[in-house]
Amino acid sequence: MMILRRKVEKMDLYRRQVLICGGTGCISTGCKGVLNEFVKEIKNHNLTEEVKVVETGCIGTCDLGPVLVIYPEGIFYQKVSVDDVKEIVEEHLVKGQYVKRLMYTPPTSSEPLPEYKDIPFFRHQLRIALRNVGLINPEVIEEYIARDGYTALEKAVTEMTPEQIVQVLKDSGLRGRGGAGFPTGLKWEFTMKAQSDEKYVICNADEGDPGAFMDRSVLEGDPHSVIEAMAIAGYTIGAKQGYVYVRAEYPLAVERLGQAIKAAKKMGFLGENIFGTDFSFDLEIRVGAGAFVCGEETALINSIEGRRGEPRPKPPFPATVGLWGKPTLINNVETFANIPIIILKGAEWFSQIGTSEKSKGTKVFALAGNINTTGLVEVPMGTTLRQVIFDLGGGIPNGKKFKAAQTGGPSGGCLT
Amino acid sequence: MSECCCHDHDLDYRYQRLDEVIAQYKDMPGALIPVLHQAQLIFGYLSKDVQIRIAEGLGVPLSEVYGVVTFYSFFSLKPQGKYTIGVCLGTACYVKGAAALVEALEENLGIKVGDTTDDGMFTLSITRCLGACGLAPVLTIDEDVYGRLTPEKVPEILERYKNKR
Ligand SMILES: Cc1cc2nc3c(=O)[nH]c(=O)nc-3n(C[C@H](O)[C@H](O)[C@H](O)COP(=O)(O)O)c2cc1C
Ligand code: FES
Repeated sequence: MMILRRKVEKMDLYRRQVLICGGTGCISTGCKGVLNEFVKEIKNHNLTEEVKVVETGCIGTCDLGPVLVIYPEGIFYQKVSVDDVKEIVEEHLVKGQYVKRLMYTPPTSSEPLPEYKDIPFFRHQLRIALRNVGLINPEVIEEYIARDGYTALEKAVTEMTPEQIVQVLKDSGLRGRGGAGFPTGLKWEFTMKAQSDEKYVICNADEGDPGAFMDRSVLEGDPHSVIEAMAIAGYTIGAKQGYVYVRAEYPLAVERLGQAIKAAKKMGFLGENIFGTDFSFDLEIRVGAGAFVCGEETALINSIEGRRGEPRPKPPFPATVGLWGKPTLINNVETFANIPIIILKGAEWFSQIGTSEKSKGTKVFALAGNINTTGLVEVPMGTTLRQVIFDLGGGIPNGKKFKAAQTGGPSGGCLT
Repeated sequence: MSECCCHDHDLDYRYQRLDEVIAQYKDMPGALIPVLHQAQLIFGYLSKDVQIRIAEGLGVPLSEVYGVVTFYSFFSLKPQGKYTIGVCLGTACYVKGAAALVEALEENLGIKVGDTTDDGMFTLSITRCLGACGLAPVLTIDEDVYGRLTPEKVPEILERYKNKR
């Protein structure tokens, strides 16, 4: 790890970083052109050595796209077009003067809010599953490592027993984010205890609910967090092979995840003898082919086996009879994304976030519809819908009254 | 496409590539769907002959291949246009007027959803939620994503592709 760290520190020598959102939303509003223009203008101004341009995953405010943040100042610019780039480079990067007209102004005020951290949409969030999304280049594994990436895997395989890992997850109170809300620690324990020569880990990235794109954002913006968690799962339950089942509608997620798996293999975080132990684990991507029920775990297993994605009767549950008839652990993308940081920071840290009863941690939401600021947000469990819509989302256009909201797609319900 | 001698060479070449794909995936468990994905990339759609070749190559009954192909909306039994237009009919896009987009597209192209224009340029399809709800209503043309659309913007977007030929 020391060698990696040194490599990573070198990157921080840049005086400034321009983080440009490369999420699907921003791609549709032209972020690629903005990025190319930045590279060109930075070169024209001989700043290549000083300023680094980073293409990130979804920053969250998709309808303000293309969006970008300039660090270390943390200035947020929105709706940036190719024609604006020269001005940002000349004013901000050269002279250190911010470009006011491209800043975000809340609907209730006439003064712009320059800094990312002051904007209500971001300020009211607590990002755990999305901790790296929008902050790192998902295609550069060193950036993930620089933010403690793969240290949870190292800790797990070199310092912890599978039983200890299960205990941490049980104590954390983490529940599945894929819909059913089953306690994750228990699920890992069942699969760990199942007797078999072969077991499998599956990540459910089918994200079937219309209106949802949190899993996509994690895979596009921070694929290594899922890879790392799946490797920890493999070590814990005793599996050598994992599959990520991604919907066919998410080509960018498939591409980024594929690159990330390759990079992780090259670094030795996947493959044989991980961190010099006798634990070996490999990952494969399976691309879905369009069918709503495939998000259901037994239908998904059928689909990976190459069959029609129809659900199987339960029991038996996948923890005992799953993929190819073997014990299988299946978790959602967001569930996995929470795990490395829980291993690092401990169960107690996590269990203090959220409500005191059953819902620990945070939840990622896609805010869409008739709200001033829409996009992707992560807030502690127990945050009310009103807070989400009014504090983060900036309320409803034209000061209209809040009537109803649908949560969690058709499998969710309506709140008023 | 004109019926000249190169056509057959082209087809031979595609089958050759399919055979390579089959050979590559043959021993992998659950190979059928990945092979179908590759085959659709190679041929553009999954004809009966292609399905037979895959069934024989992987040692899977043809009925099973057909059952899988027809189950998943992503697989197509008919030739597709050069560009595939996908209109998102997820909840957010629907609420923001995706149905009117579909109508505008149907009128402009003179086809119904699921069909391909006579000149082989466009196939019109609808998709599940694309996860770009902040930009609703959304449509995709191959890998390109267009958001916040109105029916009025449809002709202009199509024009870009018509001129690309
Ligand atoms: C009809 C149906 C659709 C589902 N769709 C999804 C989905 O899109 N993504 C997902 O993670 N779980 C989905 N689930 C839940 C899965 O069956 C399973 O419970 C989940 O992947 C387990 O992961 P978790 O414990 O981390 O939540 C669905 C369940 C049903 C019944
Ligand atoms: S895609 Fe850029 S903010 Fe979501």
